[in-house]
Amino acid sequence: MSGLGRCILSFSLIIFLASTTIASDRKFNLGQIASKEEVAGWDIDVRPDGLDTPIGSGTALFGEEIYAEQCAACHGDFGEGADRWPPLVGGEGSLASHDPEKTTTSYWPYASTMYDYIYRAMPYGAAQSLSYDETYGIVAYLLYMGDIIAEDFVLSDKNIGDIEMPNRDGFLLPDPRPDIINTQGNPCMSDCQVSTKIIGKARDIDVTPEDE
Amino acid sequence: MKKNKKNEVSNLKLNRRKLIIGASSIGAISLAPKNLLSQEANSENLPPNLPEWTQYLGDGVDVNPYGMPSEFEGHVIRRNVEWLTASAESSVNFTPLQDLEGFVTPNGLCFERHHGGVAVINPQDFRLMINGLVDREMIFTLDDLKRFPQTNKFYFLECAANGGMEWKGSQLNGCQYTFGMVHNVQYTGVKLSDLLLETGLKDKAKWVLAEGSDSSGMTRSIPIEKILDDCIIAWAMNGEALRPEQGYPARLVVPGWEGNMWVKWIRRLEFGDKPYLTREETSKYTDLLTSGKARMFTWVMDAKSVITSPSPEKPILSKGVHQLRGLAWSGRGKIKRVDVSIDGGKNWKTAQLHSPVLSKSLTRFTLPFEWNGEELLLQSRAIDETNYVQPTIGELQKIRGVNSIYHNNSIATWLVSKNGKVDNVRLG
Repeated sequence: MSGLGRCILSFSLIIFLASTTIASDRKFNLGQIASKEEVAGWDIDVRPDGLDTPIGSGTALFGEEIYAEQCAACHGDFGEGADRWPPLVGGEGSLASHDPEKTTTSYWPYASTMYDYIYRAMPYGAAQSLSYDETYGIVAYLLYMGDIIAEDFVLSDKNIGDIEMPNRDGFLLPDPRPDIINTQGNPCMSDCQVSTKIIGKARDIDVTPEDE
Repeated sequence: MKKNKKNEVSNLKLNRRKLIIGASSIGAISLAPKNLLSQEANSENLPPNLPEWTQYLGDGVDVNPYGMPSEFEGHVIRRNVEWLTASAESSVNFTPLQDLEGFVTPNGLCFERHHGGVAVINPQDFRLMINGLVDREMIFTLDDLKRFPQTNKFYFLECAANGGMEWKGSQLNGCQYTFGMVHNVQYTGVKLSDLLLETGLKDKAKWVLAEGSDSSGMTRSIPIEKILDDCIIAWAMNGEALRPEQGYPARLVVPGWEGNMWVKWIRRLEFGDKPYLTREETSKYTDLLTSGKARMFTWVMDAKSVITSPSPEKPILSKGVHQLRGLAWSGRGKIKRVDVSIDGGKNWKTAQLHSPVLSKSLTRFTLPFEWNGEELLLQSRAIDETNYVQPTIGELQKIRGVNSIYHNNSIATWLVSKNGKVDNVRLG
C-alpha cells in the first residue's frame, strides 16, 4: 500500500472511531454541538428569579425619554393606551370588578416578565432593537407610573427579581379542571328541566362583520 | 360623560374590553351574511339543454400547477373581525367551519393567530437550538430533523380564546366567528422524545421554554412530562410543507393543549428547573375569576362541540329532510358521544359519529332531521372518553364568572326561525 493509501486508511479509521464514540451517547448522530457564542446570541429570556438577566440598569427618569420616543405613539404618554392599543398602567383594584383592567402594574406578577417581553417583542415592528439599559429604563418608567418604585430608583439586573408587583399573589395553581363535574357521562336525555327562554341574540348586538 | 345606547353600540366596535353587554333591545338589525345562497342556476345549462362545459375544451394540465378551489367556492374563506384588535399583524382570523366537511381542515383555511405577523423564513436559514439543562447544547437544521424517525398524527389546534366573545351573552352571529379558532390537520414531524435522545436531558430539567423566531418572539413554558409524552416538532401539515402562517418551516405541536403553546417558526427549546412565567402565560392566557384571582397554566382544551349546519351562515332553505352536521373534540382524548337537541336542551338524541374517531382530533357527527317550518333551538353536547360532559354557559359562569376570556367550551344555541334563518342566541 502506498503512503497516501495508508494515510487515507488511518484517517478513515479516526473518523470511524470518532463517530462510534459520539454515537454511543448520541443515538442518531444528527445535529451540531452549539457554541457558547451561538447560544448567547439567542438565549434572551429572563426568568422571574432573575436568572439570565442581562447586565444593565435604568431609572424612570431615563426611561421616560426612551418611552416617549419608542412607546408613547401607541400606548400614550402616560401608558393610558391610544385607540385600540392597550393601556400599560392603571386599573389597580379593578380585577374583581365587572370591568377588570389588566395592565402591567395591576395584573402582571413579575417585573422581570416586563423586561423579557419588552426586550424581545417591542417596539412593535422593531423587535430586539432596544439596548439593555433602555429596556431597564422603560420598565422603571412603567413601575414608577404604577407607584411601585421611585423615579430615581435604579432598576438593574441585580434587583429586578426582587421588585414586588401588586398582583404577585393573584394567580391560582394548579389548574382545577375539570371543574364542571355534572353527570359523570350520563346527562339528562328527555324532559330535562332547563330554561328555553331566549334572553339575548347576537343579531341585536350587531357587531358581526358582513361580507362585502 | 353619559352615553346613549347608540353610542354604546359604536363603542363596542372600538373597545374590546367593553364589548359584551346585556343589550337585547338595542334594536339594530344585522342581516345574515350575504354568501349564504348558492348562485342561481342558468336554465340554459339544465336538461334538456347542453351546457357549454359539455361541448368545449376546458383548461389543460399546464394551467394550474398548484390547484385552487373552484371559483364558485370563493365564499369559503377565513374571515377576521376588524374591530377586535389594534393591528392585523397581531390578530386572529377564523376557520369557516360551516363550509367544511369531514374532519380535516384544508391548509389554506386553518385559522391564523399571529402576534407579530407571518415570519418569512428560507428553510436553509432555519435552525432549532436546544439549550439549558441538557447534556449537550445543540443546533439542528431542517434536514437534520427530517432524518429522525417520523411521526404522522391528526390533532386539533384550538385557541384558548375560541368563543371568548360569548362569555356574557351571544355576541357574534356566526358559527365561524364563535367557534372558528380551531383546525384539524395531520402533522408530520419528529417526536421530541426522539429528538432529545440526541441532546440528553439533565435530571433537574422540569420545564421547557419554547421560543418562536417571529417578531413577537413567542414564548411559552411547557412541563417536561408533556414534552416527552406526545409533543412534536412538525414540518408538514396534511401532506405538504407547513403554510407560512402556520409556522413554516417548523412548529411545535402540543396535542390537546391551548393553541398559543404550539409555538410557530420555532427556533429554540430551553430546558430549565422552573417555569419561565412569560408574558403569554401571566398577562395573557390566565383565566380571571370573579374573586379577582386568576387561574394560571390552564393548558388542556376541554370537550366541546358545534353544529356547523344549520348555523347562522347556513340557514334552512327548504322544508323536508336535512342532515344536521357538526364537529366535536376534546383535549383529554377521544370523543365518546355527541347528543343533539332541537328544543333548547329539553330532549336529546345521540348523533352518529363518523370514523375515524381519533384522540385529540376533531370528530365529525351528523344527525338526520325533518323540518316543517317550525322554530327550533339547536344544541349539541359532546361527551369524551373521560365521561366529561360539555357544560352549559350557566354551569361555567357559576364557577368562573364572565371575565375569564379563555376556555369557554359551553354549549351554543342556534335559533332556527320559521323562515329558516338561524341566529346565535342565549337561553336563560
